[in-house]
Amino acid sequence: MKKPIYMDYQATTPMDPRVLAEMLPWFVEKFGNPASRSHAYGWEAEQAVEKARTQVATLLNADPREIVFTSGATESNNLAIQGVARFYQDKGRHIITPVTEHKAVLDTCRNLEAEGFTVTYLPVKEDGLVDLQQLAEAITAETILVSVMAGNNEIGVVQPLEEIGRLCRQKKVLFHCDAAQGVGKIALDVEAMQIDLLSISGHKIYGPKGVGALYVRRRPRVRLKPIIHGGGHERGMRSGTLPTPLLVGLGSACALAGEEMQAENQRLLSLRQRLLDGILSRLTHVHVNGSLQHRLAGNLNLSFGFVEGESMMMAIKDVAVSSGSACTSASLEPSYVLRALGVSEEQAHTSIRFGLGRFTTIEEIDFTANLVVEAVNRLREMSPLWEMVQDGIDIASIQWASHH
Amino acid sequence: MIYLDHNASSPLRPEVLQGMIPYFGERYGNPSSVHAAGRACRQGVDEARRRLAEQLAVHESQIIFTSGGTEANNLALYGQAARHLFQGHILLSAVEHPSVLQCAERLRRHGIELGRIPVDSAGVVQLDELQAQLRSNTILVAVMQANNETGVVQPVEAIARICRLRGIPLLCDAVQSFAKMEIPFNDWQLSLLSLSAHKFGGPKGIGALVVDKPLAVEPLLSGGGQERGRRSGTENVPGIVGFALAAALAGAERPQRVRQWQEWQKQCEQRLQEAIPEIQIAGQAAERLANTTALLIPGVHGETLVMSLDLEGIAISSGSACASGRSRPSSVLLEMGFDPELATSMVRISMGWNTTEEEMERFTESLIKGIKRLLHW
Amino acid sequence: MAYNDKVLDHYENPRNVGSLDKNDPSVGTGMVGAPACGDVMKLQIRVDEQGIIADAKFKTFGCGSAIASSSLVTEWLKGKNLDEALAIKNQQIADELALPPVKIHCSVLAEDAIKTAISDYRSKQK
Repeated sequence: MKKPIYMDYQATTPMDPRVLAEMLPWFVEKFGNPASRSHAYGWEAEQAVEKARTQVATLLNADPREIVFTSGATESNNLAIQGVARFYQDKGRHIITPVTEHKAVLDTCRNLEAEGFTVTYLPVKEDGLVDLQQLAEAITAETILVSVMAGNNEIGVVQPLEEIGRLCRQKKVLFHCDAAQGVGKIALDVEAMQIDLLSISGHKIYGPKGVGALYVRRRPRVRLKPIIHGGGHERGMRSGTLPTPLLVGLGSACALAGEEMQAENQRLLSLRQRLLDGILSRLTHVHVNGSLQHRLAGNLNLSFGFVEGESMMMAIKDVAVSSGSACTSASLEPSYVLRALGVSEEQAHTSIRFGLGRFTTIEEIDFTANLVVEAVNRLREMSPLWEMVQDGIDIASIQWASHH
Repeated sequence: MIYLDHNASSPLRPEVLQGMIPYFGERYGNPSSVHAAGRACRQGVDEARRRLAEQLAVHESQIIFTSGGTEANNLALYGQAARHLFQGHILLSAVEHPSVLQCAERLRRHGIELGRIPVDSAGVVQLDELQAQLRSNTILVAVMQANNETGVVQPVEAIARICRLRGIPLLCDAVQSFAKMEIPFNDWQLSLLSLSAHKFGGPKGIGALVVDKPLAVEPLLSGGGQERGRRSGTENVPGIVGFALAAALAGAERPQRVRQWQEWQKQCEQRLQEAIPEIQIAGQAAERLANTTALLIPGVHGETLVMSLDLEGIAISSGSACASGRSRPSSVLLEMGFDPELATSMVRISMGWNTTEEEMERFTESLIKGIKRLLHW
Repeated sequence: MAYNDKVLDHYENPRNVGSLDKNDPSVGTGMVGAPACGDVMKLQIRVDEQGIIADAKFKTFGCGSAIASSSLVTEWLKGKNLDEALAIKNQQIADELALPPVKIHCSVLAEDAIKTAISDYRSKQK
């Protein structure tokens, strides 16, 4: 078993070697600019780009003409939200998005507030899911866009996209879905789910970094104001030379995900269960953050009571995971996603995200479970809070002195 | 196969790909992750940024990596306009790249006033016009270092001096000129500089905006706060690594390459004009990039000539690659005062890092034959 | 999280983890921080008849720097009198462990823990 073990598949995924193999010829031998229409180098590049476009579209049950290539999901999210807001602002200036969205969605919305848009940041239920009733009530005559992610990057919770899509269509509001964490992991069908715009990332699905896509519905047609102008590539929605190798990689990653998703999800679910069982059978005071039922198969987010997340990461440094603890971020604020679920700050500081994926093995799961149990026991021995709990003291009853 | 369309896109250098490969393989982390896999990628990004900064003689914090030259130009223009709440005046040369022209056009609809500095018949920005058009509310001037279609070099140093005296930031689009010319960002006191890796042997999908230290830039893309909050989105690590590698190689080889290109350019142009005296060279009276020649051939349709050469395995272009299949005459040539009819005869030859003398000789002969065939000589 | 070797050493081999009897009159206990902030430090000292710190123990809920800071001060405290112990400043701790700016608060917490433990001991002597 190779160490360190990578268990951070929601941060990024290794490229699938099959994807890289598809990309390689497009770097050196087939290097044309797909916009060069007058020589063979340009033509073959253009053909490769169109094949990739079809591969991406197929995975979503979309038409290739509905796919706009971008530099990644951050750009896709910015393009979808800014683009819709600026195009439809005469129709209304209200946007709804849950508080647990990715920063690329939340910050884009915040910037629009400065431009005079109103944004409703929708709370989520304790399991991380959007309350459909609440969403329905939040939609007003002014609402032009609802943006809800497919799978959450921290807690893996999968939102009821079909219900949200139905509601949005009923109320004649556009529905954007940040599916950076959903594409290739859950079955997405833009028709069945009535999704109008959908963001895709390459490097979250075993494809390359620096590439993504935005699905933009043609019927009924969704219009956008572009962010990046010049040259008029991507039907004017996104200018800039198309990076053929990266697009080939994205297409190939989508094709592989489509073929393997079902079997892969079964495998990941059983691995995740094994990890969870291995931990819960030997440790108390472990809490699963977010719905376990409506969740990406490759995500497990656990809070280990009385053990601070960053010290936990150090203790299991042979396994690459991430933590919702403030100590792993520059902000000193614990995860806003966990806070939105009503998880206490204390519990947020003790959270660890295990991200499982295509290359995770059963040996790695068992090794991780053992390491986690060992580390938690060791750190609890060192934890004054654990000592107090053992002494029967209710930690919540204590008046803690400082809040920094 | 002779590829002479490097201004559209240059092939990736194999040694650059070799340097990128580890980041497609074992170094796959997210640079924002704190664990070892993330840190290995962060290191790759930091090291690339440091080397590029060193080469440009700027501080690392002055480099914002983007998805390419188009995004860099958009970030520069939007970033300044937004900082001034979309009020004020932006002055552009009339021959800027579409990513500058079209972005500026969009800003106009936000409330920005636009001015265009004309070029003379050689394609050079007229300094007295620039002086005359500067206003008290001018927030940005944008002049490219060298034109992508004609290779004509602009007097950026002089323009920078004028702008500096007036305290107005200057955006210099160096997408075509980087690795072909000196870019003394500090000495000229430029404010913003756009770069794109795939024009000099680096990968597609990566570029940069270099920013003068005290200059704030409003981001185009919001999110995770990468690039010091000025450009969000997970870093394209292999792209960034490849960019720095290609820049280093191109930088080191520049003096020798430029000397060769100059010689081959001269030979090719002389030979062409001897064989077909009607041929004109756009911007011939101006300083031009050593790798670029834009030919105007009365009586020939540029597109047709390009197609016929393609059948012989030669790739050149009939204009800018960005114009997606258009067959309109180049606006750059029209700005230079060429007749629209003549402008449609334009073909562009652009050499690159792997062009050889022998290729240029073979190409020149094929081109002459091709033109003669079309002219029914 | 690229820690230097000293932090890693204290984190992996923490010195003086444990507890002293907090009801013992010769023991001073300092508990600082808060779970909601992500760090809680408990520092205990045993002071002998000569007023010298004979033993020091800690337990810490917190990141690697917090654990290392508390482990380090338990080493430093032993053998010092109370005035010398009070002279330990957070900057010394931060310097010794080469803490990055975002981790300076860990050293502040450790200094607070020393002060609180000594003041607890002194209040017991009254």
